[in-house]
Amino acid sequence: MNTSVGNKTIKGETGAWEIVIGMEVHAQVLSQSKLFSGASTRFGADPNSQVSFIDAGFPGMLPVINEKCVEQAVRTGLGLKARINLTSVFDRKNYFYPDLPQGYQISQYKNPIVGEGEVLIDLKNGETIKVGIERLHLEQDAGKSLHDQSPDNSYVDLNRSGIALMEIVTKPHMRSSEEAAAFLKKLRAIVRYLGTCDGNMDEGSMRADVNVSVCREGGYDEFRRTGSFKTLGTRCEIKNVNSMRFIAQAVEYEARRQVDLIEGGGTVIQETRLFDARAGETRSMRSKEEAHDYRYFPDPDLLPLELDPAWVEEIRKSLPELPDEKKARLMNLGLSAYDASVLVGERETADYFEAMLAAGAEAKAAANWLNNEYFGRLNKTGLSIADGPVSAKANADIIAMVAEGLISGKIAKDVLDIEWNERTGDPRNAIVEARGLKQVTDTGAIDAAIEAVIAANPDKVEEVKAKPKLAAWFVGQVMRQTGGKANPAAVNAALKVRLNLPDEG
Amino acid sequence: MPASVSDELTRMTLAEARDALRAKRISSRELTGAFVSAIEAGRPLNAFITEAGEQALHMAAASDHRIARGEAGELEGLPLAIKDLFCTRGTRTTAASKILGDFVPPYESTVTQNLWDAGAVMLGKTNLDEFAMGSSNETSFFGPVINPWRANDSNASLVPGGSSGGSAAAVAADLCLAATGTDTGGSIRQPAAVTGRVGLKPTYGRCSRFGIVAFASSLDQAGPMTKTVRDAAIMLKTMASVDPRDSTSVDLPVPDYEKLMEGPIKGLRVGIPKEYRIDGAPAEIDTLWTKGAEWLKAQGAEIVEISLPHTKYALPTYYIVAPAEASSNLARYDGVRFGHRAAGPRDITDLYERSRGEGFGAEVQRRVLIGTYVLSAGYYDAYYARAQKLRTLIARDFASAFEKCDVLLTPSTPGPAFAVGAKTADPLEMYLQDVFTVTVNLAGLPGISVPAGLTANGLPLGLQLIGKAFDEGTLLRAARAVEDAAEFAHSPAKWWSA
Amino acid sequence: MSVDKDTVRRIARLARIAVPDARLEPMAAELNGIFQWVEMLGEVNVEGVPAMTSVVAQKLKWRRDEVSDGGQADALMANAPEGEDHFFIVPKVVE
Repeated sequence: MNTSVGNKTIKGETGAWEIVIGMEVHAQVLSQSKLFSGASTRFGADPNSQVSFIDAGFPGMLPVINEKCVEQAVRTGLGLKARINLTSVFDRKNYFYPDLPQGYQISQYKNPIVGEGEVLIDLKNGETIKVGIERLHLEQDAGKSLHDQSPDNSYVDLNRSGIALMEIVTKPHMRSSEEAAAFLKKLRAIVRYLGTCDGNMDEGSMRADVNVSVCREGGYDEFRRTGSFKTLGTRCEIKNVNSMRFIAQAVEYEARRQVDLIEGGGTVIQETRLFDARAGETRSMRSKEEAHDYRYFPDPDLLPLELDPAWVEEIRKSLPELPDEKKARLMNLGLSAYDASVLVGERETADYFEAMLAAGAEAKAAANWLNNEYFGRLNKTGLSIADGPVSAKANADIIAMVAEGLISGKIAKDVLDIEWNERTGDPRNAIVEARGLKQVTDTGAIDAAIEAVIAANPDKVEEVKAKPKLAAWFVGQVMRQTGGKANPAAVNAALKVRLNLPDEG
Repeated sequence: MPASVSDELTRMTLAEARDALRAKRISSRELTGAFVSAIEAGRPLNAFITEAGEQALHMAAASDHRIARGEAGELEGLPLAIKDLFCTRGTRTTAASKILGDFVPPYESTVTQNLWDAGAVMLGKTNLDEFAMGSSNETSFFGPVINPWRANDSNASLVPGGSSGGSAAAVAADLCLAATGTDTGGSIRQPAAVTGRVGLKPTYGRCSRFGIVAFASSLDQAGPMTKTVRDAAIMLKTMASVDPRDSTSVDLPVPDYEKLMEGPIKGLRVGIPKEYRIDGAPAEIDTLWTKGAEWLKAQGAEIVEISLPHTKYALPTYYIVAPAEASSNLARYDGVRFGHRAAGPRDITDLYERSRGEGFGAEVQRRVLIGTYVLSAGYYDAYYARAQKLRTLIARDFASAFEKCDVLLTPSTPGPAFAVGAKTADPLEMYLQDVFTVTVNLAGLPGISVPAGLTANGLPLGLQLIGKAFDEGTLLRAARAVEDAAEFAHSPAKWWSA
Repeated sequence: MSVDKDTVRRIARLARIAVPDARLEPMAAELNGIFQWVEMLGEVNVEGVPAMTSVVAQKLKWRRDEVSDGGQADALMANAPEGEDHFFIVPKVVE
């Protein structure tokens, strides 16, 4: 059986199948305090030390909404090019679970704060596709239960209970594991650019529930054309995929599982599944099989949320340049689509690049320098661009010195090595000037060096007359004579004249 | 202290006691001491779940110091009883339920904090129907409250009404100067009426709900239960506040209700809603209602016949909306973070089911199940959504009526206090006790019950006035006019202490 | 709407209240009495009538984003029937 994942179809025994993917992403809002209480949202605190009596569902406690969380949701909606609903309603989602002390979650059901939007994703084959966003709403996060502390009991920590989440629901517009992974990466970049979520999946501030279904070839196009879900297969939800690495794996496994099941004569049951990273497979979550009747109704402790259009407009005006716009601008500065994509893919990288531009670096030179010299070093040492030892200004300065002809390309790499280790912050003065690494272009000095080499190697002078290609050896010697600082082009030109070498085509 | 002196102290109204304390004729310690003894002697009424005598005397002593220093607050040194639905820091709060166990709140409700900030003294926590669900105070885990009133011709124990039965009994039996209650469908007004005292439910959003054990969030409202209308005005002035911790607390400053209560009612338009005339109601109710209108007319009011066409749908609407909200509000009582926890649970579901099955009484269970059902898939539209639309219609009825009048006058209850156990066989019979009061909660308006007369066999009856939203001033003024005309000076004979 | 004892059992499970088997039928009867009574709401024409989603005519108030609460693990645990090291304890939940 071939599995050509990354394509729009996978092959089963009986023919080609299409994968259809939708996602619900829970993104924790960046704010000091929780959605409906003043308790802190800081990660990693001692158990139950960041819990208001409101978060713990004590008698008589009431919710009061955090203005920052509302702002962050609107900001994110605008970043998703989505419709902002000026009136929205908070509803109670009622169910019993130990990490849900009130016995209900305050969420938004039929009237979310943000409506339809879209996200563009770039694929490896150069294609750009649009993934539709269905809605974004605000809701409370639940607490955390630890199950492995004792054989008979679970331990409940409510620190996370009540933290604001944005639930972002996509339309089923992803067709492959690559698209799913690319979408999540892009969404993460967008919220990090906006500063509305830190996207730290390992801290749980961003989690994805992935819906996967398969259908016969052609079924998907039929769905897009008619809007009817009839031609799509039954979907399964893979809950809480909490790492980028696992998204693609989980999708691939689940799609294959469904194809094998159907081709084997079975039917896919709509159910919730878990991705087991160690085993590399999805498993049915038996405890969640029980049909939930959430009995949604508008929360009577809250009033409808009303937004002032002028306030929304202020937020729109204050939005930073987002990845798509930044990529277009960088392409205008001469970068290829691919290079631009790489640079805007992460907010930190984009910020670093912008800082280099602000320090005067030319866009293409800067992109090449980063791609060819700096990123490799970072990857090798496992450092992020923010943690890297060379500042954007320093890197900008190095390539500026090359552009000015002050140092050669080779010397530039040496300067980078020194800067990496010594972190001077000022390579021009602290390294090049201080160590006399300036490229020698002074013809007098070059001539002198050439004379010195000629004098020391009379036999080679004779040889080169017969073998002009030996000139390269002379260049090398002259470079050594000048401590590597001579401008190679100038040395070549002077040697040609001095040794009477023929012009090469 | 000799009984007569003690009685003199406990018989005072809040306003009289306030004046006496300010004039330094009495001390808070004396006054509080008299009530502490009265409460002890009043135990047969079962009006209190928690008596806080020692704490009360400490608070009284502190009040006396402040009075001496000239730093007296609005309610300085005045002993009050608090319905055990208000969370009081450091003092056990039960909601009259087994499920709260020995819960001691680490926080104070806004309403009671307002009272303590004004210098009031807490005598204890009064009994109520469990989770405020009831109209007779017979569903309490701590046993029923007995009405201090008895019929002329019988020694049968009567109910004090509910759910604020303990507060009502305490006020009527002079076990406190005044008490707090809560009103979701009539739970302040109805018990006040059948105990011959005043009960005020303010406009929804006037008093903060923060720290009050929630029953039905869109209907609950705290209010004063007092001996006189003036006392109610004084209490409301302090109980009410704009609270940033309650999203439904309305941003309107609190006026001086005591001042607004004074003044004539000449020209006041009083509406008489014809739908409140119920077939089969005791003649005495109708007679008193007519008399009430005449009293107001005699003082210069204009009587207007009005119609509230959706009145008969109010009770069933209430019995969908209130249980629905309650079913969600009571989901937090699960044995995990506080209160009663079932022993030896098999698993988490068993823990929840048995803790709640053991902890909730029959009426609470019934209402939680009703609420769960009307919100459940397939029934939401036909029941809950529809009931919320009925609320709009009921509110519109009042809005139309208030174009033609300033207050409405109705009976408070369909009858006087009834015998303990008389209406517990059929839940519906009990629900009908709130027929005149629930409309007001559904529309979010203020309502007050004023004692107006006695039945032939000596039991109190009240008249209800309903006002416009946040117009408690006019409401209190009209109530005072009824009170003046009624001259209800009756008190129950003290059969409960030797 | 009419409920039988199986429905009562299902609703009781949804509400997490243990209703003893012997009480199921009587409870169904009590609930049916009430449900029958509320049926009368069906008579009313509610076409075009909006639901009362807020009793107060006011915009939802917003709170400033600052840490003003929490940091009270001891008080939080003080009423817990079962707790350990500032964790609430429940019978093990299998995911």
